[in-house]
Amino acid sequence: MTGWLRILKLSVKNLLMHPLRSGLTVLGIFIGVSGVIWLLAIGEGIGRASEEQIAALGARNIIVRTIKPSSDEVQDAGYGLTRSDYMRLLATVHTIETAVPIREVPQEIRYRTRKFEGRCVGCTPEYAEAARLRQAAGRFLCDADLIEERNFCVLAAESAERLFPFGNPLGEEIMVDDEFYRVVGVMQPRAPSSGIGGSLAAEDYSRDVYIPLTAMQRRMGDMMVVTKPGQFQRDLFELSQITLQVKDREQVLQTVDVVRDTIAREHTLPDFGVTVPLELLRQAQTTRLMFMLFLGLIAAVSLVVGGIGIMNIMLATVTERTREIGIRRALGAKRRDITRQFVIEAVVLSVVGGALGVRGGLLCRPISVRIRQLLLAWFPDQMADLPEVVRTVEPILVSWSIPLAFLISAIVGVLFGVYPAIRAARLDPIEALRHE
Amino acid sequence: MNYAARIGNLRKEYRLGGEAVHALRGVTFDVPEGDYISIMGPSGSGKSTLLNLLGCLDRPTSGSFLLGDDDVSRMTDDQLSETRARRIGFVFQSYNLLPALTVVENIEVPLVYSGRVTRGDRQRCVELARLVGLGERLEHRPAQLSGGQQQRVAIARSLVNDPRFMLADEPTGNLDSATTEEILNLLERLNRDGRTIILVTHEAEVAERTRRTIVLRDGQIQTDKRR
Repeated sequence: MTGWLRILKLSVKNLLMHPLRSGLTVLGIFIGVSGVIWLLAIGEGIGRASEEQIAALGARNIIVRTIKPSSDEVQDAGYGLTRSDYMRLLATVHTIETAVPIREVPQEIRYRTRKFEGRCVGCTPEYAEAARLRQAAGRFLCDADLIEERNFCVLAAESAERLFPFGNPLGEEIMVDDEFYRVVGVMQPRAPSSGIGGSLAAEDYSRDVYIPLTAMQRRMGDMMVVTKPGQFQRDLFELSQITLQVKDREQVLQTVDVVRDTIAREHTLPDFGVTVPLELLRQAQTTRLMFMLFLGLIAAVSLVVGGIGIMNIMLATVTERTREIGIRRALGAKRRDITRQFVIEAVVLSVVGGALGVRGGLLCRPISVRIRQLLLAWFPDQMADLPEVVRTVEPILVSWSIPLAFLISAIVGVLFGVYPAIRAARLDPIEALRHE
Repeated sequence: MNYAARIGNLRKEYRLGGEAVHALRGVTFDVPEGDYISIMGPSGSGKSTLLNLLGCLDRPTSGSFLLGDDDVSRMTDDQLSETRARRIGFVFQSYNLLPALTVVENIEVPLVYSGRVTRGDRQRCVELARLVGLGERLEHRPAQLSGGQQQRVAIARSLVNDPRFMLADEPTGNLDSATTEEILNLLERLNRDGRTIILVTHEAEVAERTRRTIVLRDGQIQTDKRR
């Protein structure tokens, strides 16, 4: 035991004789090890964030959305999901618990002299729960509003802010498409959802105005007219989306097929898309695994590069210390004594690098947050263009990455230290003694 | 009579660029215990080759070399290392101290390889340093010492395993005459204590101080005179 301690002490002494050289070698391993931990943590963060987003859509949900077919197919006929699709689904698919139809139309929203380009959403009372909106003031739409086709509306947080920066919006009347609607409620701000694949694009809920679906049908009809400079566009569609909630999670996948068939039967155009969060969730889990493997591989490459650095330095050291090796051999050192000495020096380098790397890896979260803050402060415009996930990702330390990275660094030390050490031990003692 | 070593018809050949070099062409002599031998000869006569063989750094091509009762020519590399560590004391012309280590640590090195470093050994190293007159410089590094002092450290180091057989390769080659005198006195004292010493030199004055001189020429013994 004291023998090992002695060799260890000697190794440290030898390494400290060239502090810069040893330091740079350690740096190589440091970067490799913290790289492994960082990349895995970031991968985990991104993966978990997207899984959470998908899970937020509800694992029991099936989301059917209208997709506008290419324009020459549409002509003037309508397209998309219809109210009869909705009724048929409710009536025929018995595994469905609730179904929430909505229709979204971009509209100019006005209150007296204030106005803004918002999104008018015709919906049913269940929508608040399906989209997980929370009430800030007043109430959401109720069944009676729908039955009586009342001109009532509920404002999203930013909509309320824009129209009523100072006063209380409740009870006021706003104008949408030349009709007046009384404000009965205001919702809390809701973070925008990002596009997660399937037929779902990123959605921004902040400028919404919610009105009863029946009122929308009565006042606006099914024709959506968009006029922009140099462009006049008409769209005829009944519903934008139907969110279905299945009774049991186990039934989701079978239900999807039934839903798809039920709708397709009445549609000649490919004008709807079905998104299944559960399927996406499973896909995301596989993708994440691949992603992490890939990141791990990149980091492993940098560790190998660090290992080559060790090998390089150790080879130089062996040449430089040929005479010392000769002296030690002459004084009775066996080949394995020499091998051990050099392997241990290499392992000391890599383990010190590994330990520092783990330390650096643990700082992953605070450092990445700091970096993001700096980037946001220095390049706000460029950062705004980045995808949501990149801007908000929180790295999550993967617990097994720490022992793994450390172990790899130690293995790298042995692996890349052995060859130079064997070369050192193979030196002929007489030749080595003569070496200047 | 007990022999420290017996050398019989020792031969050593090298291959140098495809050509065979006969460094030793049959050397025979006995080394009684407690003898003090100098080996002389012009360069290329095989002195260094002989010393390397005697020091168990190399194996002969043929012939026998008995160190005590053990046949060195049949030893494995590890056994050779062990023999060097436990039974042979080496003193070199250029001292060959390890520059990173202190005086005491340098003296300790052979102990590490003979597998025993205890607290008592540390004390022994300090005593050896005192014996060679370096008791005040235990923590100095070789670079801080004069040539004579370095050679004395080397001698102390060669003594640490208490070998009966000491080899010195031109131990005074790099030293001035006063220091040479000191070192030779030290070696004489060690010889009086019963250690067998073989030293290689090309200085006649040094050779005269030994009891027996072997002169090599072209890989063979030319003369073997006892004083």
